[in-house]
Amino acid sequence: MSLQLEKIFYDFIKQVATGIPEDVYIKIKEAYEAETVPAAKEQLKAILEDMQIACNKQRPICQDTGTPYVWIEWGEDFPIKPSKIIEEFKNALRKITKDGYLRPNAVDPLRGRNSGDNTGRYIPWIHVEPVPGDKLVVHLMTKGGGSEAPSTLIMSTPLKGFENLKRGVVDAIARAGPLPCPPLIVGVAIGAGADIVMTLAKKALLRPVGERHPDPEVAKLEEELLEALNKLELGPHGFGGKLTALDVKMEYSYRHPATFAIGIVTSCWATRRGSIEIMPNGSYRMLTRHLQPRDGVCTL
Amino acid sequence: MSEARIFHLKTPLTDEEVEKLRVGDIVYITGIMVTARDEAHKEILETLEKGEKLPIDLKGLVLYHCGPVARKRPDGSWEIVAAGPTTSMRMESVEAEFIEKTGVKMIVGKGGMGKRTAEAMKKHKAVYAVFTGGAGALAADRIKRVVDVYWLEELGIPEAVWVFEVEEFGPLIVTIDTTGENYYEKKLADVRKRAEEVIKELLEK
Repeated sequence: MSLQLEKIFYDFIKQVATGIPEDVYIKIKEAYEAETVPAAKEQLKAILEDMQIACNKQRPICQDTGTPYVWIEWGEDFPIKPSKIIEEFKNALRKITKDGYLRPNAVDPLRGRNSGDNTGRYIPWIHVEPVPGDKLVVHLMTKGGGSEAPSTLIMSTPLKGFENLKRGVVDAIARAGPLPCPPLIVGVAIGAGADIVMTLAKKALLRPVGERHPDPEVAKLEEELLEALNKLELGPHGFGGKLTALDVKMEYSYRHPATFAIGIVTSCWATRRGSIEIMPNGSYRMLTRHLQPRDGVCTL
Repeated sequence: MSEARIFHLKTPLTDEEVEKLRVGDIVYITGIMVTARDEAHKEILETLEKGEKLPIDLKGLVLYHCGPVARKRPDGSWEIVAAGPTTSMRMESVEAEFIEKTGVKMIVGKGGMGKRTAEAMKKHKAVYAVFTGGAGALAADRIKRVVDVYWLEELGIPEAVWVFEVEEFGPLIVTIDTTGENYYEKKLADVRKRAEEVIKELLEK
């Protein structure tokens, strides 16, 4: 089997754009069944219908097909170098945009010009991490523009750290209201500096809904924050009910003795993310499950 | 919002039809919806400012805050692939003038709109309704065909003015009605009040 990365990436991006992740689908379906507020239930019904249509017709789940965020775990013995991998990824991105699966979303901020193919200065936003071994793992999140709205950075003093964190998370979601398209996945990070916490909070959104952080202290905070957010009665698109947040995902780095930086980001209900593992011989498998047509029927 | 009333309406909409609608009602639209986002609002208002005619008369029609994903079929016609709503508040600064000058009777978007728009809607008899944000595939499914597209060259696919023929487009939930009632304004005040209580509880843990 020869290594045709562009083709693999093309199918991978298509899967992410059209197939909602399993964890998100299950959570929304359960919430729909349990919801008692009629307007909220109506929204969840439309959301589930949208997910089914996107899968059945192989269309993007949302017309805002987002900004591509890519995390590459590059096995140092993988036969292709990172620069080439990135080039192949960009080629796939250009092609799939041209084929109408992604909306062109990369705009030159100074000249207002849309590149037309979802690539441009620093876009896609790519992190590469060398790891031992010969495999290539790629995580992709195509992140909607509206759900960037509540993003918050708090440079807290250490003494007030956890108070500011709790206040900050609840405030950010309450203030944003319906704009970021709730129910949301909320990413929260603590660490030494501004860039560290924003990056870690965003990466935390990759973790599946329902999964708790392995560190019990972090897991406890995740649960407390989730419970608090779902008491806000903001609900799907602001129509009330029990489901404002699908989950809260936390991450941390060690901090500086004098700093307690807090990063908060959100992802809309139409969270589009996926992971793929590619072997040196060109065989590959999805590491994430998505709603997709199996024998002509859209199932997980 | 308790049990919702459901309306199936055809464009062009009349004052009488929209005056019946109240916050919380669910509407399904059949007929013509015209998209405009930030740049298109600017183009349309500038055209009217210059005393020129718009390529389409918007009177009685539905304005849709939407930047679709569209692809051209081999025969040159357009296929709308995804077409959910965009954030309406971005158009708040120009929407009151837009309603007055174009005569649109319904605006569809997401996230709600502000005071000035609500006042203009009361004065000129129009309503604002939300379509489920993000539900781009569902929306595309309700669009039967693209009647026309304007300013495509100048503004590009998402910002262009698309004229859609739609069938049973919805569910659209009315959040601003012709009495000036604004659902989100009240809801968000409630949510912020709850946030204070929730934070207090959380800090005691």
